[in-house]
Amino acid sequence: MLPLRQPFDVAHDDAQTNAAQTSGAPMTLGRAIVITSGKGGVGKTTTTANLGVALAKRGAKVALVDADVGLRNLDILMGLESRVRHHVLDVLEEKVELDEALVRDKHFPNLFLLAAAQSREKDEVDTESMRDLIEELREQFDYVLIDCPAGIEMGFKNAVVGAQEAIVVCTPEVSAVRDVDRVVGLLGNAFTPKLIINRVRPHLVHKGKMLSVEDVNSILRLPLLGVIADEPDVIVSTNKGEPLALRTDTATAKAYHTIAARIAGEDVPAPMVEYKETFIDKLGSLLGGRR
Amino acid sequence: MTFNDVFNNLSRLFGREKSGETAKERLRLVLMSDHLSLAPDMVEAMKRDLVEVVSRYVEVDRDKIDVRFEHQDSVFAMLANVPIISVNRTPSPPVGPPRRRRRKKRSMQPAQQNGQMPPSGPGTSGASAAPSFS
Amino acid sequence: MKARKIVLTSGKGGVGKTTATVNIGAALAKRGHRVILVDTDIGLRNLDLVLGLEKRIVFDLVEVIEGRCQVRQALIKDKRFESLAILPAAQTRNKDSITQAQMARLIDELADMADYVLIDCPAGIEGGFRNAIAGADEAIVVTTPEVSAIRDADRVIGKLAERSIPMRLIINRIRPDMVRSGDMLSIDDVCEILSIELLGIIPDDEEIIDTTNRGEPLVLGEGYRLRSIYEKIVRRLEGDLIPFTNLDAPGFFGRLIGALKAG
Repeated sequence: MLPLRQPFDVAHDDAQTNAAQTSGAPMTLGRAIVITSGKGGVGKTTTTANLGVALAKRGAKVALVDADVGLRNLDILMGLESRVRHHVLDVLEEKVELDEALVRDKHFPNLFLLAAAQSREKDEVDTESMRDLIEELREQFDYVLIDCPAGIEMGFKNAVVGAQEAIVVCTPEVSAVRDVDRVVGLLGNAFTPKLIINRVRPHLVHKGKMLSVEDVNSILRLPLLGVIADEPDVIVSTNKGEPLALRTDTATAKAYHTIAARIAGEDVPAPMVEYKETFIDKLGSLLGGRR
Repeated sequence: MTFNDVFNNLSRLFGREKSGETAKERLRLVLMSDHLSLAPDMVEAMKRDLVEVVSRYVEVDRDKIDVRFEHQDSVFAMLANVPIISVNRTPSPPVGPPRRRRRKKRSMQPAQQNGQMPPSGPGTSGASAAPSFS
Repeated sequence: MKARKIVLTSGKGGVGKTTATVNIGAALAKRGHRVILVDTDIGLRNLDLVLGLEKRIVFDLVEVIEGRCQVRQALIKDKRFESLAILPAAQTRNKDSITQAQMARLIDELADMADYVLIDCPAGIEGGFRNAIAGADEAIVVTTPEVSAIRDADRVIGKLAERSIPMRLIINRIRPDMVRSGDMLSIDDVCEILSIELLGIIPDDEEIIDTTNRGEPLVLGEGYRLRSIYEKIVRRLEGDLIPFTNLDAPGFFGRLIGALKAG
């Protein structure tokens, strides 16, 4: 039979998740955070998926919204592509109820995905309706993470419109830093964006062939949430549709969990990536290996 | 390098974990789904033809026909829900070249339950009516 | 004679469009062609940075289209190759500052001044994409062997096919060690899924990061591993039949390191 999605029922959802809310007031709205970067391919979607998992693992009720209409990928990274029946535009155009369009995660009953429409265009999204939709989600969830498309066109505007907070993802590359700088300018004073530096290769930084975390942030000057190393694991996890944060034992998974703790307000230091020369590095350089 | 890393590398060396294959299979299914949703005209035309074929054999309720495409575990399937009003009609002869009669072992399962695309070979009607699943 | 007008596009960002544009352009210039590179990523320009020409920008693409300057005034010639020039995008404007028709006219005008016009397309499939492909009569689709990049490339291929633009594929950032260990889609897998003609296979190599930092395209430097790969891509582009580099033939130590590094 069909893998039927369980009906979404607010009343029955884990009472303990309310603990993650910032105050005890019953109608406290959740936090809507947009994950953006300007440049594509820096890891926005990977970050959204992993932070979603890490926050859900803490017991918070989390909705992930894919705002990349026409080029959706959050479903693939979450491994939920075969469960998507409806999308953001179906909800905005009132073809289905919000609850029907939310896809429950395979691993966490308190984690949901709202997929983007794949066969539509970004300018079909009505900005005001999008703002209302995010607000509606904030009534039901502790966190609403919005995965912003690359670029600064309509897709960016619609992704940002309902958010009160922003996380910018940057890689240690000149073009990515320039684009983040531009995006931070466009976000304006309404946001104090926090920074995640992704895809750091410590041995390259060590050799002076890659910008360091300090280099990047001396230009951007943003509060640093954390640093994530460039690991082939990311490709494997995308292949399988299993975010790295499902685990707790790898360095990358730990970094995501720490960043999630920081987002939740815990006073823990930002995860960093340190250079350690391993036996393999030595062997590799001896044998003329590339890395 | 932790024990886990060593273990993962060893299992890769011995081919126990092949995420590349998983990726290929997932892509194949998701692109099929994308392509269908990108070509609504084609899907509509297919639905029309499908209904026409089924109507040659049984009287169907055209207003309540529901054809959709869904993922089912490892396959991407076309699911047709075609309410039948009556089966008392004499079937009209099928259009097309004459076919040889061949005895076929008939599956009792409707198409949507075995999760396969309906076979397109001769001797099959192309879709089966099935109980509602919505 | 008019130039060939080729757009480099991908759907997904960060797969290496700009790097490929710069290196293919530089390799073509090295072969004696007059080449103009056009950055159509209005608001997020980067082609100038990758070539190290960012300090010499006076006018940009939008100013040319709005008639504030002549095309020749806005073109920046590369220091290393006089026959290589870029037309930078505007940084403080929106992508809807120009129309598809204006872009097509501009690319046509540039085509009278060069042998090749390479158009660097922004990420996404919004207005910026539509503008970038408006003036092109060929396309190079750049992708990486990752599920999301391939899904986006497939979407772009559909859009290009609607406009009957002939296209070829570059697969970037292949990690042969991961392909061998089964943790990365292979060239054959990607070609089978996307089913368009293959133009090039580029391995993932850290020298790209280094050369981009310094604003020096690696095809113009000495001793870079990827240089010959770009040179082959350019020869294929010009119609030569060049066999693809076999990335699947490691020595024993290569295999050992690959396997250990895969973790």
